[in-house]
Amino acid sequence: MYRDFGTIFVFIFIGIVLIYLPLLIQKLLAPNNPNPDKLATYECGEESEGSAWVQFNIRFYVVALIFLIFDVEVVFLFPWAVVFNDLGLLAFVEMGIFLLILIVGLAYVWKRSDLDWVKYNVKYGRGRYSTLINKSNTSGK
Amino acid sequence: MTVDFLIDLFSKFIDIPIVAFLLAVTIAGIPLFVLMALNATIAVYVERKVSAFMMDRIGPMGQGPGLHAGKWGVLQTIADALKLLIKEDTVPASADKLLFKMAPFIIFIGAFLGIAALPFSSVLQVVDFNVGVFYIIAVASVGVIGIVMAGWASNNKWSLYGAMRSAAQIISYEIPAGLSIIVPIMMAGTMNLQSLIEFQTGSVWGILPNWIIFNNPFSFLAFFIFFISAVAETNRTPFDIPEAESELVAGWMTEYSGFRWAVFFLSEYANMFVVSGLAATAFLGGWQSPIPGFFNSPLWGLFWFLGKIIFLIFVMMWFRWTFPRLRVDQLMHVCWKVFIPIAMLNIFGVGIWKLIIG
Repeated sequence: MYRDFGTIFVFIFIGIVLIYLPLLIQKLLAPNNPNPDKLATYECGEESEGSAWVQFNIRFYVVALIFLIFDVEVVFLFPWAVVFNDLGLLAFVEMGIFLLILIVGLAYVWKRSDLDWVKYNVKYGRGRYSTLINKSNTSGK
Repeated sequence: MTVDFLIDLFSKFIDIPIVAFLLAVTIAGIPLFVLMALNATIAVYVERKVSAFMMDRIGPMGQGPGLHAGKWGVLQTIADALKLLIKEDTVPASADKLLFKMAPFIIFIGAFLGIAALPFSSVLQVVDFNVGVFYIIAVASVGVIGIVMAGWASNNKWSLYGAMRSAAQIISYEIPAGLSIIVPIMMAGTMNLQSLIEFQTGSVWGILPNWIIFNNPFSFLAFFIFFISAVAETNRTPFDIPEAESELVAGWMTEYSGFRWAVFFLSEYANMFVVSGLAATAFLGGWQSPIPGFFNSPLWGLFWFLGKIIFLIFVMMWFRWTFPRLRVDQLMHVCWKVFIPIAMLNIFGVGIWKLIIG
């Protein structure tokens, strides 16, 4: 096993060298005469406006949090799947309970509309969950 | 496996173990790189021809005097690679230079390490991990770090949008892919790729090969969920919103030029190769022949394995000209509200099937 992962560790360096060599050849062969226009940020031919390093709404933040939970769940499922044949019904029921808890979680974030890409209604501009608020308002409460 | 053989071989001649080890690993690693380069060269040519025929064009044919691009354009990709090698390498003045230059390396290593674990035949596999499936899934997701780095370091709006979309897409589709690859592991009871393939020996009902895809209805469904998620993870059309040409120029690759850009291309095709290889191993019997009991020697095994991979890559190209690009919210909808619930129910289904039928 140490041999296997040692090989992979060496492969990382081999990969770096194999990519670095063509880059070196390119450095020798290719012309290199930069000018300010050439090195400007590409923006479809317009003069570039400001930096791209600004704060903006990364929509997938909640998705990333949910991903973390589900990815850990998948990691737990792998060893279970390997021994599933030997353990039989007991393992199946236990993993069923575990999955059921996560399915409840998935149903919850689904209901909260955290899985939607566009979370707020721009027209009314009431903030993040305004569609939900509007829905609950019209439903009589 | 192959690397073990090489290490033992070199240890006979070289007394210092570490030198023998490094030499053996290097000798095992260079064919992998050649395979990656060949795969990209051939796949780009095939993709151009397939695209052309699907659009009723003729594709690259080799234009101009002499042998430029060869007959039927077979040398077109080689000409392109040479062109990229002698192109000027521009790094935008406002970019984060270090991250900008590091990103191609990380993306390439993610793809390169994946190929190292593929079981090409019963005797040809560079490293035979006891956790092979797990390992491939793990290294395949290293690439997303490089993509985010490339997008951020470019200091370009298109790049940043592309990288953010790509990150959201890849991490989302990893879950249905992971949940469906659990199905073959449940049935075979192993994560080792070779034992997974050996489990698929023989035939069902005398005609069909005993591949996991034909084993029961749930594994049949799992294959399709896995393959579609794999297409999404490699950022191929119809899931190519991170580099959608018509809206984001080239997404996170916008500012890259020359060979750095070629590395992205190389890695994209290598990723297609790795996910197709994993799908072929886990569901389509790996190096097992489609006619049970015949043509099962190691050399035929290599042929069948590569044949299955080429077929799956062809299907990916076929997708490209069949389906229109998905919108980003549709993409998330398909993943979280369709694939993940189905994949979860699939695990229950396979469990019940195994407990009742065996």
